[in-house]
Amino acid sequence: MSNDVFVITEHLDGKFSDVSFEVAGKAKELAKALGGQAIAVVVGGGVDANVFASDSTIQVDDAALSQFNPEAYAKVIEALVKEKSPRVVLFGWTVTGMDVAAWLSAKLGVPCAAYAKDVRAEGGGVVVSCQAYGGKLTAEVAPEGETAIVACLAGSFPAEAGQGSTAATKIASPVDLSGLKMKFVEMLKPVAGDVDITAQTKLVSVGRGIGGKENIELAEELAAKLGAVVSASRPVVDAGWLPRTRQVGKSGLKVKPKLYLMLGISGAPEHLEGMKSAELIIAINTDKKAPIFNVAHYGATADLFEVAEAMLELL
Amino acid sequence: MNIVVAIKHIPSIADDLPVKGNNVDFDSVDFVLNEWDEHSIEQAVLIKEAVGGTVTVVGVDLIGELDNALHLALAKGADKVVKITADDPAADSHQQAKWLAEAIKGMGADMVFAGVQASNDIDGQIGPMIAAYLDMPYIGGTSAIEVSGSTATVSKEFPGGVGMKYAVTLPFVAGVQSAPKPPRYAPVSKVRQMAQTATVEKVAPSGEASSGLAFKKMAPPVVTGHAEMIEGSPKEVAAKIVELLKSRGLA
Ligand SMILES: Cc1cc2nc3c(=O)[nH]c(=O)nc-3n(C[C@H](O)[C@H](O)[C@H](O)COP(=O)(O)OP(=O)(O)OC[C@H]3O[C@@H](n4cnc5c(N)ncnc54)[C@H](O)[C@@H]3O)c2cc1C
Repeated sequence: MSNDVFVITEHLDGKFSDVSFEVAGKAKELAKALGGQAIAVVVGGGVDANVFASDSTIQVDDAALSQFNPEAYAKVIEALVKEKSPRVVLFGWTVTGMDVAAWLSAKLGVPCAAYAKDVRAEGGGVVVSCQAYGGKLTAEVAPEGETAIVACLAGSFPAEAGQGSTAATKIASPVDLSGLKMKFVEMLKPVAGDVDITAQTKLVSVGRGIGGKENIELAEELAAKLGAVVSASRPVVDAGWLPRTRQVGKSGLKVKPKLYLMLGISGAPEHLEGMKSAELIIAINTDKKAPIFNVAHYGATADLFEVAEAMLELL
Repeated sequence: MNIVVAIKHIPSIADDLPVKGNNVDFDSVDFVLNEWDEHSIEQAVLIKEAVGGTVTVVGVDLIGELDNALHLALAKGADKVVKITADDPAADSHQQAKWLAEAIKGMGADMVFAGVQASNDIDGQIGPMIAAYLDMPYIGGTSAIEVSGSTATVSKEFPGGVGMKYAVTLPFVAGVQSAPKPPRYAPVSKVRQMAQTATVEKVAPSGEASSGLAFKKMAPPVVTGHAEMIEGSPKEVAAKIVELLKSRGLA
């Protein structure tokens, strides 16, 4: 066993995601406290890996790994963790990290703490704050044993601390990647054509509280009066009430408008990832304990329909 | 095509979540089907409708109330439902995944679906764990799965509307983010009919696994900031918001 901290980084189209740097910064802090090294792990070639502030960086360079492949990535990471026995393995709790972290935990029989908002070294190990139950409760957990997997929510730590220029050491894949059952076929880019919500200064954003497709019109009217565009949380898009291009959040788009007026959005961590740096956030929600009120600048416990209609009369 | 859908019964986050000791006070909360399980059931039924086969829905009965969710699954097109009679509301994802994997082992599944995540997955999601316990590959965040012969074409979502397509040889486990269509609606009458006529197969829990997490504390988040609340009737709230926007040149 070592006291090293692994950071499993992630990249798409030759670019590392912000969360990779955020977690790399955290890894440095943890490694220092635990008396080990922060080791950035880059799976796949085709990306400049000399960009982290880690103590060292390992880049697994194999053609089969150039695009994210859950099966291949999982096997490679499993092999590296077995070989180096790090004390902590940090992932992003992201669309790619979520495919590997819990699998690795069950495979190796080591604990995994997900939805992590914070990790600190304590008593030779770590204590993790997990944002559970859609942000309504925080669990503080201590992983037992010699290795802990921690999957961190995007936006939990500053990215700057993880940026650097440590030269990566390229290695060949530690496992045979010839018999994979999953094969990458193609990347599908979003179809352009709709408005670009990331370019708007004002957004009226609707959540499941809007209740149905027939009510989107009300949000459209309000947006028109404000010179804004309508965006949405994921369930609204999944239900087919608005196109995918309007989705804000983890699996949607990141926005930073001057005004983000929220109607019936609870404030789940996945939504917050996409909008928490908006300049003015106003939330209307009937649930006075909705997590969004911990993030919004202004809020009202009220029915969105009544408020929106009253606003229309005044504008 | 033999599709197994593993579901999770979880405390509802629509209401308050009281805490007892270092965990949720499970006696004082309502349990509901994990939101993403509705999508994985839909995805399974869509495949069955396209290529034929059976859909089996299996879940751990934590508090003796899983039948409602199972009847709903039947009303939405599942063919068979199974509950693992555990009676342990605090069972973590690892333990549930282990029980589920043991129950699924003998089912000859071509594909196993789970919801991509659940809000109480503090120790990770059951999908990838079931995959590890069954020694099958896992792919999560799926937005469409189509099957032809012994290969599935799986679309996985990435941020910003990017998608990746994979060809996956059966069997495998998928964590469903969304089905290509919104989950279908099951009329109450049909659910009620299922409740009266359907059989729920019971399986005793088998196998042991644990998260290895020691819970030190559970509490509402320490709030570093809170919205300034605008009080009054909806009309007053609207007026104050409009005033605020005007004062900032936003309306
Ligand atoms: C991998 C992954 C990626 C995800 N990516 C995203 C993403 O990109 N974007 C995203 O948004 N979500 C995403 N999610 C989903 C996320 O977890 C939440 O489910 C989602 O954000 C909840 O949307 P919501 O707030 O609209 O719905 P809910 O959580 O159901 O909240 C609805 C709210 O409306 C309120 N309400 C109801 N009626 C009224 C009324 N009449 N007036 C006022 N308020 C009312 C309720 O009190 C409630 O707070 C993702 C999930 C996963 C697993």
